[in-house]
Amino acid sequence: MIRIENVSLKHGAASILYDISLDIPKGGITALIGPNGAGKSSLLSLIARLQPLQSGKISIDGFPVDKTPNRDLAKIIAILRQDSIVTSRLRVRELVGFGRFPHGRGRLTSEDHAVIGQSLQQFDLTDLADRFLETLSGGQRQRALVAMAFAQGTDYLLLDEPLNNLDMYFSRELMRSLRAIADDAGKTVVIVLHDINQAAAHADRIVAMKAGRIIADGTPAELLTSETLQRIFSFDMPVITIDGTPVVMHFR
Amino acid sequence: MTSAVLKPVSSVTWIAGLVLAILVVASLFVGVSDVSPGRVFSDAAVFELLLVSRLPRTLAALLVGAGMAIAGLIMQTLARNSYVEPSTAGTAQSAELGVLVVTLFWPSASLFLKSIAATGTALLGTSIFLMTAHRLLPTQPFLVPLFGIVYGGVVGAAVTFIAWQADLLQYLSVWTNGDFSGVLRGRYELLWIGAAMLIVAWAIADRLTIMAMGRDASIGLGVDYARMLQLGLVIVSVISALCTVVVGTIPFVGIVVPNIVSRLAGDNLRSTLPVVALSGAILVLGCDILGRLVRYPYEIPVGTVMGCVGGAIFLWLLFRRPAHG
Repeated sequence: MIRIENVSLKHGAASILYDISLDIPKGGITALIGPNGAGKSSLLSLIARLQPLQSGKISIDGFPVDKTPNRDLAKIIAILRQDSIVTSRLRVRELVGFGRFPHGRGRLTSEDHAVIGQSLQQFDLTDLADRFLETLSGGQRQRALVAMAFAQGTDYLLLDEPLNNLDMYFSRELMRSLRAIADDAGKTVVIVLHDINQAAAHADRIVAMKAGRIIADGTPAELLTSETLQRIFSFDMPVITIDGTPVVMHFR
Repeated sequence: MTSAVLKPVSSVTWIAGLVLAILVVASLFVGVSDVSPGRVFSDAAVFELLLVSRLPRTLAALLVGAGMAIAGLIMQTLARNSYVEPSTAGTAQSAELGVLVVTLFWPSASLFLKSIAATGTALLGTSIFLMTAHRLLPTQPFLVPLFGIVYGGVVGAAVTFIAWQADLLQYLSVWTNGDFSGVLRGRYELLWIGAAMLIVAWAIADRLTIMAMGRDASIGLGVDYARMLQLGLVIVSVISALCTVVVGTIPFVGIVVPNIVSRLAGDNLRSTLPVVALSGAILVLGCDILGRLVRYPYEIPVGTVMGCVGGAIFLWLLFRRPAHG
């Protein structure tokens, strides 16, 4: 379980997060939604100890993120930042292989190679495995980065807007892959999403943030109503239900 | 990482090793004094010359070449920019400042003490460069090398000014223009410390590759980013300082060699580090032999030869279309 208690964050005089408390239990997909500047990415990077905690506590499976050695945390939690740019000339297989670094500190066992192969397959990269990253399209590169995070083999996977750069087909494929690793491998996925309908279709739980606070929290069916969405995004959008899944008509 | 990936690299390594072996033999027998393979074992004086001068000179060129290429590679990793190297980013100039100041206040200081002073100032100078480079916009990749050139120029100007005031300009060229002609037994052994740094670099090769992906990716993978940055700085500074003190700065090696190897074999340092080190050694030793032959029996300093050869390769790198594959 990820336990967040009374976490606040300031950049200079500007407050980014106000007294956030949230429990994310093990297993399933939790989607973080909210308008730009709501503090979703900041919260994610605090959980993944990419920036120091200013106040409050965050623990993962009981390990406080600010006191647990970095290399131990790397075996429990993996993060993919939204602005990840890898400029190195690495082959896809090499990049995904670096996901195994926390386990062997660079020595790859046959088990590691099996995990790498499985990650490549899971994210449809087997044919691209020996290509250099720079020769891939933006979407393929994005998938390679997700595959690297997956190869890390952690129980918790934090993804910051991984659907950026992906077309409809691969957005759906990625969300289905995440659904599969949550259901079959028991992984806990926390994902920042802008496409609210992807959240509706694939997430178990949606946490909505606005201006540094959590303002709504529930299953897609509970949360995705016109009133709640009006509160989150400050404009009116109709919601219809198709086959039991809410569909938000935010585009009209 | 897999055999499919490693194969082309290791064949490149073999070829590079063979070329280097040929150059080493050539280097032992090229020079003003007549040292021919037949006389080495029959004539004690010739054998002595080989041991006192030719062998140290050859080893120094190997160590400096490999060291400068690896220092350049690590510098590029730390700055996340492939167009910086110690001699264009203030490291070499800071090292010169260190030697100069020690020479000024303590003219009789040993080579070892001068190296320590040079390492200290190189560390400081490179830290300032990197702290600034990390603040520059990543969307403007040419700002980093430009800043490096300006920064190196400013430090270099300060060095020249102090040397001019103290009437040490003649001395200065010993450190600013690389030359192996003064290398004798007993005057190059400090470079082996640089070789030890290469072993450290090899040991942390995977972490360096991860660091090139940025701070967040490094922390995410459990790499102690701050400590690796410091270690990388130490490696770069020690190698640059030793090279500056023992033979003087040689331009372009640190930029040309890693860029060519990156184009051919990628940036996975675990497999490319040996190739970079070997290629650096080949380039520097080759240029030194060339410098000995061009105006035979006179010599052209390796720094000058490299300025021409390295500059030409650098231009070729810039104008060639980026490799894909």
